[in-house]
Amino acid sequence: MSHIQDIPITVLDRQGSQAQTGNVLPILNEIRYALALLVAKGTSTTIDLSAIPFAPGDREELERILGQGEVSALIDALGETRIRETDYRGVWLVSHHSPQGDNLATQIEVTRTPSLVSTPEQDIPDAVDALDDYLNSQLTQESA
Amino acid sequence: MTADAILFFARGTGFDWALAIFVFGMLLRLFEVLSLGSKPDLSEGRGSGVQGGLKTIVTRTLPRPAIFAREPVRIINGYVFHIGFLAVLFLYEPHIELFEAKMGLSWPGLPTGIINALGVLTIFSLLLALTLRLSSPVLKFLSTGSDYLAWLVTLLPVLTGYLAYNHMLLPYTAMLAVHILSVELFMVVAPFTKLTHMFSFMLARWYQGYRAGHRGVES
Amino acid sequence: MNNDKTLGEHLRERGISRRGFMQFCAATASLMALPPSMVPAVAAALEKARRPSVIWRSFQECTGCTESLTRSHAPTVESLIFDHISLDYHHTLQAASGEAAEEARRIAMEENHGKYLLVVDGSIPQKDGGIYSTIAGITNLDMLKEVAEGAAAIIAVGTCAAYGGLPYADPNPTGAASVSDIIQDKPILNVPGCPPIPTVITGVLAHYLTFGTLPELDHLGRPKAFYGQSIHDRCYRRPFYERGLFAETFDDEGAKKGWCLFKLGCKGPTTYNACATAKWNEGTSFPIQAGHGCIGCSEPSFWDRGGFYDALSVPTDDAGNILLGAAVAGAAAGAAVGFMNRNKKDAATRAHETVTVDDLNGD
Repeated sequence: MSHIQDIPITVLDRQGSQAQTGNVLPILNEIRYALALLVAKGTSTTIDLSAIPFAPGDREELERILGQGEVSALIDALGETRIRETDYRGVWLVSHHSPQGDNLATQIEVTRTPSLVSTPEQDIPDAVDALDDYLNSQLTQESA
Repeated sequence: MTADAILFFARGTGFDWALAIFVFGMLLRLFEVLSLGSKPDLSEGRGSGVQGGLKTIVTRTLPRPAIFAREPVRIINGYVFHIGFLAVLFLYEPHIELFEAKMGLSWPGLPTGIINALGVLTIFSLLLALTLRLSSPVLKFLSTGSDYLAWLVTLLPVLTGYLAYNHMLLPYTAMLAVHILSVELFMVVAPFTKLTHMFSFMLARWYQGYRAGHRGVES
Repeated sequence: MNNDKTLGEHLRERGISRRGFMQFCAATASLMALPPSMVPAVAAALEKARRPSVIWRSFQECTGCTESLTRSHAPTVESLIFDHISLDYHHTLQAASGEAAEEARRIAMEENHGKYLLVVDGSIPQKDGGIYSTIAGITNLDMLKEVAEGAAAIIAVGTCAAYGGLPYADPNPTGAASVSDIIQDKPILNVPGCPPIPTVITGVLAHYLTFGTLPELDHLGRPKAFYGQSIHDRCYRRPFYERGLFAETFDDEGAKKGWCLFKLGCKGPTTYNACATAKWNEGTSFPIQAGHGCIGCSEPSFWDRGGFYDALSVPTDDAGNILLGAAVAGAAAGAAVGFMNRNKKDAATRAHETVTVDDLNGD
């Protein structure tokens, strides 16, 4: 079965459509503002890109400008979430995907650590219990 | 009634009636004047009436220097208003689309930013015109209700058009409906006020030019 | 029917981690057009959300709305929401049929009386007793009234259910009506569109699931989160409109450069929907991006609002006959008035009395 991704796309006037709508600059300004807030008060900001009207090529232009930083993370829990730090430290690109690979949402997180990367607090006592169980089972095995 | 339904009325039945009354009224006024005719002129012409008529149609576009010197502000304001009004009406792309859809004629327009600025200029020139009229004792004395009505129905389309384009005052659908209704008001009122000059000015220039040309005098 | 488990428990039973749950909440919040700062609130609410019973009724419809919903390719979010809601009855989607299905529906309605969510797509014909659309011998009209009685709220999906849609268009031969025309005593939420954007349908359901209430509605009963902005206000081609750069035909230079489609009949300025931001097919595109103007499909009576290819600045009727008639009438009336004036002038000339100097001196 063929997918929509298999249909070839020819961009006729790359320069024209991208250069003229100019929605990339306002987003970059918003990121700049969020970074300043992070420096001043330590507050993190998330910007949801789904609600912003992007012309074809605008999203790619934004990602090209932001670039690729040193850190990439892949979260494989309920579908994939790809996180990467951009060339601008503290600015992270977070994209959520369904198990089929379709993009669900894309966000820009301005923070020290993206929220999904950190381990949820309640998971840690659970991990202690799980490890306890394993170690106890090893002990009983040895003594047996 | 929802804004959407009012807009539909304005674009449909409302426009039909306004156009009908406008055409009917203008032709009525024109024929009224033309059918009166004039007494047969038995004199021998010193010059050509036809040449005089044609010449005057062109030359009367600009005022006589002596007249201009007496009231430069009011005359310049008149030009500003007319040029602004006609530019906004005929050189704004969505309006050109209207003419193209209904008459099959099309012509290039101006960038919308310029039209927007001209709209503001036109509104200010209308306000100045009213101020000048009210502050001149002679003009004020001569002015009738019909003069003020003509002023109002001319202002409303320009003002509401500006408000609609810039998404001001009312939600867009409602503001657009108000704009189109104000145009229809203009169309319905115009034939019964001095606004008939939009067609009769040609007639007047021709007639007076013809008479003067026949007598061989300047007009 | 397992309606006691919360969504949180439901997910953990399926082996989904807390991280997975947070992913789900982030995507769901985005779906509901909520700001990212609300994700913790969404997570807290979803954790405790119970499973509502949902009954779906399809009436005089083309099934496009159901198709739109089931064709959405983000099954993680939607399927979880639908797995979690108890879809107790859906004409087209359910496996059971006939009497068994009707029996299941009756049981669901009784057990959840006053608490189930009713989703309707399609308009309801009323002419001739409503015989133009019946299911199992029962008219849509009777069915709607019966099911609506025990519903907590009704979601009218698609322009047909919300405003009458295509069957309602002139001359409306079946007497089609919208849900809100018939049911007046229940909260009704309209999700119009022909069809509606699938993420909007699920966003509304997700909202109900999360908060247990219907979201804030506009004057036409549409959730403001999705229908609060016009297409025009979120359109990426707006800068071209502002500059006055319009495509004149569908294949001219302007069209190829992606200029504004106002002149080609785009109804974006008067249409409220999420197409310009949420787009279709998981954010792939929407009509204007594909080069066709918006037809205004989420507005009432959009089928009867003039041609799809007539710009908003163009009158909807053909003015030819009117112009001719008015011109003839005007000329005739003008000639008549002129004739009357001439007569008046002639009469005055005839009645003119000459005076001599003696008359004036009083001799």
